[in-house]
Amino acid sequence: MATGEPVLAMERADLELGGEVAARGPWRLAWERLRRDRAAIAATAFIVFISLVAIGAPLVAHLTGHPPDAQYRDTGLSINGIPVGPNRTFLFGTDELGRDVLVRVAYGARISLLVGAVASGLAVLVGIAVGMCAGYFGAAVDTLLSRFMDVILSFPLLLFAIALVTVVGPSLPLSVAIIVFFSWAPVGRVVRGQVLSLREKEFVEAARSVGASDLRILAVDILPNLAAQIIVYATLLVPLSIVFEATLSFLGLGVVPPTAEWGSMLAEAVSYYQVAWWYVAFPGAALLFTTLAFNILGDSVRDAVDPRGERMFVRG
Amino acid sequence: MLRFLVRRVLFGILVLWVVTVVVFAIFFLAPHDPARLIAGRMATPATVAAVRHNLGLDRPVYVQYGSFVWNLLHGNLGYSYYRAQPVTQLLLSRLPVTASLALGAAVLWLLIGVGIGVLAAVRPRSLEDRAATVFALTFYSMPPFLLGLVLLYLLFFRLHLAGVTFFAGGGYTPLTQDPLGWAQHLLLPWITLALVTSVTYIRLTRGSMLDVLGEDYIRTARSKGLGELRVIVVHALRSALTPVVTQFGVDLATLLGGAIVTEQVFGLPGLGQLSVQSVTNQDLPVIIGTVILFAFFIVVANILVDVLYAVLDPRVRLS
Repeated sequence: MATGEPVLAMERADLELGGEVAARGPWRLAWERLRRDRAAIAATAFIVFISLVAIGAPLVAHLTGHPPDAQYRDTGLSINGIPVGPNRTFLFGTDELGRDVLVRVAYGARISLLVGAVASGLAVLVGIAVGMCAGYFGAAVDTLLSRFMDVILSFPLLLFAIALVTVVGPSLPLSVAIIVFFSWAPVGRVVRGQVLSLREKEFVEAARSVGASDLRILAVDILPNLAAQIIVYATLLVPLSIVFEATLSFLGLGVVPPTAEWGSMLAEAVSYYQVAWWYVAFPGAALLFTTLAFNILGDSVRDAVDPRGERMFVRG
Repeated sequence: MLRFLVRRVLFGILVLWVVTVVVFAIFFLAPHDPARLIAGRMATPATVAAVRHNLGLDRPVYVQYGSFVWNLLHGNLGYSYYRAQPVTQLLLSRLPVTASLALGAAVLWLLIGVGIGVLAAVRPRSLEDRAATVFALTFYSMPPFLLGLVLLYLLFFRLHLAGVTFFAGGGYTPLTQDPLGWAQHLLLPWITLALVTSVTYIRLTRGSMLDVLGEDYIRTARSKGLGELRVIVVHALRSALTPVVTQFGVDLATLLGGAIVTEQVFGLPGLGQLSVQSVTNQDLPVIIGTVILFAFFIVVANILVDVLYAVLDPRVRLS
């Protein structure tokens, strides 16, 4: 009796499903793997939190009563004109102009997340389009596009950005354009490689033999097979874009002052870190934890979608 | 091998050609008229026209491009708009700083990256391995300028307050003047750049070491009684390093980007700082000179790495 119990328990579990075998597709399996990944849950929680902060930045300004660009030269600076540390009025302290660091960090989240999402989204789209063309049409198209990607990948990108900014002047759309221009090529390469093997598969041949057009084959037969890879790449491109944008702003090539942005706040903090640690700590922590969260999530998504694949950061 | 080499060199030339075209196009995109900029605010139209003629800006575009490339091939990058100096001379005076930064950081990050990678691979899933993972994840997410600031605060500022004045807070001393001061000033920038870049190498070394350690010849080496240290260092590491070498070439472009940022944080008077200052000064010839110089370095380094790769792995030569 005792030995038979586990078997019975198993049968009962099957019966509870109503005798049917529930089919679980690859996406469902990936989702379940992701849901069990505690690091992924924590990372998602942080991303949701920072997104709420970004959306609610005006609310933060309202609650503290400090608009992001308002300068409090009496209360926000010491007698010597040095930023004041965290206190009741300024929870995260103030910067060199007596502005509220908390409010500015909250507003900075808007730019970082916006650029992260928009730039990586566009880069992935361009990468898919170019990669699919190169991989599917092959021959001269492939050679041309692949060489183009190689050239972009061996460009000194930050310097090129510097040259462009000198000519055009710094702005947020330019930053996004630069990030997209230099981020799509790796995606394009991966997509090309996948399409190269997919186009030889029987289902593509079948589609072609019933007279499907190239566009239809690409969109209906090939694209869905790339989805997993694309999602992984998109998640991992977000932190890269955020860091790239912060780097541009840090060098004074991104957003224009007085816009609150993490990179440009840290650039100012270079001159003040000895007297105002909070000026480095809070924007720095916001930037670090945001990129960290996206990297952890991207790594977990990769693992959930392709458990046999190599993880970027191996955990136990 | 020769065919392989020729193909690589031709591709390198193609990249450099594209760089010159792009850079030259930027010249023409510029909404600011360099002639007006040089002539000054009070200049009469006649003066501006004379300056324009002197710079050759009144000639057709293709003639200008031709002379631009011709001068380039003769190592002449023109004159700085802002400083009365040839660009080549200016770049050469800043090159040692950036080279010191990049080379020192490269040595350090290879040591850190390969070292930690091997430690993690020798005992996978151990405490060391997990620590390596946390280390990698943290520094992979850390922008170099943030890390630089944190190091400045902790290792320079706090230690100075505590009476330890070992680390310098910025600036540069030439190697020829004072080797010890040179190293002292560069130590924090090296650590910054090395920690951020080493992550990729930890990952690569760990992965390829794990693969290699599973090979039969490693078992053979162990079974004939070789010490574990000898097996790992002499037998496994050698073949595990091939992907590391390739990555080294790929990373050069990123490294130069990181060097620009690091120079900015630590106030190092290198090429990166020069190019960022040139944005403020609208000094296009200097920026263009820097872009071309860096592109040249990247191309040459990539060719060298490919050749090295082919020497290490005979399959590359034959394909």
